[in-house]
Amino acid sequence: MVKKIFALVLFGGLFFISCGSGGSSKQVKIDGSSTVYPISEAVAEEFRSVEPNIRVTVGSSGSGAGFKKFCRGETDLSDASRPISPDEQELCKENGIKYKELTVALDGISIVVNRKNDWIDNITPEQLKKIWGPDSEVNKWSDLNADWPDKDIHLYGPNTAHGTYDFFTEAIMGESGASRSDYNAVSDYNVAVQGISTDQYSMGYFGLAYYEENQNKLKLLGVDSGDGPVNPSLETVKSGTYKPLSRSLYVYVAQSASKRAEVQSLIDFYLNNAGKLAKAVGYVPLPESEYEKQLSTFESFASGSEQTQ
Amino acid sequence: MNRAQKNRLKDKVFKGLGITATFLGIVILAIFIGFILYQGMERISWEFVMSLPSRFAEQSGIYTAWMGTVWVLVCTTLISFPLGVGAGIYLEEYGKKNWWNTFLEINISNLAGVPSVIYGLLGLGVFVRMMKMGNSILAGSLTLSLLILPVIIVSTREALRAVPSTIKEASVAMGASKWQTIWHQILPASFGGILTGVILALSRAVGETAPLIVVGALVYVPFAPTSPLDEFTVLPVQIFNWVTRPQQEFVINAAAGIIVLLGITFVMNGIAVYLRNKWQSKMNW
Repeated sequence: MVKKIFALVLFGGLFFISCGSGGSSKQVKIDGSSTVYPISEAVAEEFRSVEPNIRVTVGSSGSGAGFKKFCRGETDLSDASRPISPDEQELCKENGIKYKELTVALDGISIVVNRKNDWIDNITPEQLKKIWGPDSEVNKWSDLNADWPDKDIHLYGPNTAHGTYDFFTEAIMGESGASRSDYNAVSDYNVAVQGISTDQYSMGYFGLAYYEENQNKLKLLGVDSGDGPVNPSLETVKSGTYKPLSRSLYVYVAQSASKRAEVQSLIDFYLNNAGKLAKAVGYVPLPESEYEKQLSTFESFASGSEQTQ
Repeated sequence: MNRAQKNRLKDKVFKGLGITATFLGIVILAIFIGFILYQGMERISWEFVMSLPSRFAEQSGIYTAWMGTVWVLVCTTLISFPLGVGAGIYLEEYGKKNWWNTFLEINISNLAGVPSVIYGLLGLGVFVRMMKMGNSILAGSLTLSLLILPVIIVSTREALRAVPSTIKEASVAMGASKWQTIWHQILPASFGGILTGVILALSRAVGETAPLIVVGALVYVPFAPTSPLDEFTVLPVQIFNWVTRPQQEFVINAAAGIIVLLGITFVMNGIAVYLRNKWQSKMNW
């Protein structure tokens, strides 16, 4: 019996080694932002029905982790919810990776509070800065406005691995990564949604899609940057009136990858369908003309006539 | 109250505490499983098991995830079984009591306590980058093998030690060599225990997420792997991704995925129990 099992293990091993030489089909590797992931996933899924022989894989390790892999040449495309940082540019340069930035959709960051919160409807960027700044002295709602409850303010936001965190701090504090650290830093936004929806004195920020899916649990705040309060929505993000918390979502393409026919056909498909698919997964599409422009810059990049970064 | 009554009272209190401790664990587990079943049962269907991942929660399935899990499991078994059992036999039967073997033993028990994400980082550095395996099933399996090797080694040694020394001595007295003794007497007698240890270790590996995420298990993989060098996803990674999605329907998918994963672990543990009983009843001296 023992011998039989040993023999089985041995044969199993040989079998696996023998079939281990297959798998040379065309492949495109995408990794990066978990915010952009749903768009890339949707594109990859739809792309399968057009080009069933091209294997597109998508990871969601975060903008920063994605760029690390991208700049080592481990991935072909990198999703990002913020532009590439100087450090990452340096890393790409060291490894000789040239790339092109493509904007695939827009997103707004929503500021939300509990539904039972009846003292605040709108917020200004200055107030946000006061609350979330690195040396914030706001610990109670009354620290912000004397008429508001004398209760501790409970803050929820993404942890430092998220592009959303980088973007929010950049837009509000003017410096990426400048934030107080004594808030509930979540890696999963649903934890923040859960926390805010059960805590009357809480506040938090995350991508618009998470508010839209949980409208009945949360209260959305308008952001007033001088021209009256504006709520984030498809229209206000697209027109740019929701500021300063509207952002672009990017896909970076490596130049070496862009020479491959399967990558070209994927990007072509991506830019032709990103608008429709972005909307379907909760983001804001760019104007149609913008996608066409991106496509033509990509085509000239792929053919090598344009030198970038 | 005299001393005897006091002691009896203490006995009762301790018994009560013991019962509470036992039931607390069981009740929490029951609530958890009940909740998951309630949430996820409606999604369990043949389509769910055989569909590719999708952005539409209702069409999304776990085909590539469980195929990936099976591949990783088979490769991990092939790697960790011979290595772990071999090391266990060496340490228990051949190793002499010297400082070198003591050093090895201490390190193996230390390795069993290292957090799994550390193994992931090791796998990323050594297998994925240095040995250029990429984010492949092979790299993931090697990482998981490292993770469960200490468990296999320790349980193999336990199983070997449980073989009565009289058997060993009788075999040697009949003129059998050391290898003959191990192969014909000790291994058959301890095989149930060894298999149990291996299977329990593997069922731990099935649920591991952190090291595989570090090694680079992807989320959207629209094809079943065909070789150990293919990229892959596994059930826990797929479940983790679904939980973090904003749409409530994906959470239902996650619950359904958890049911399948629980099913796989229960079946594996069941096999372990069955094998142990079978071997135990077979061995009569």
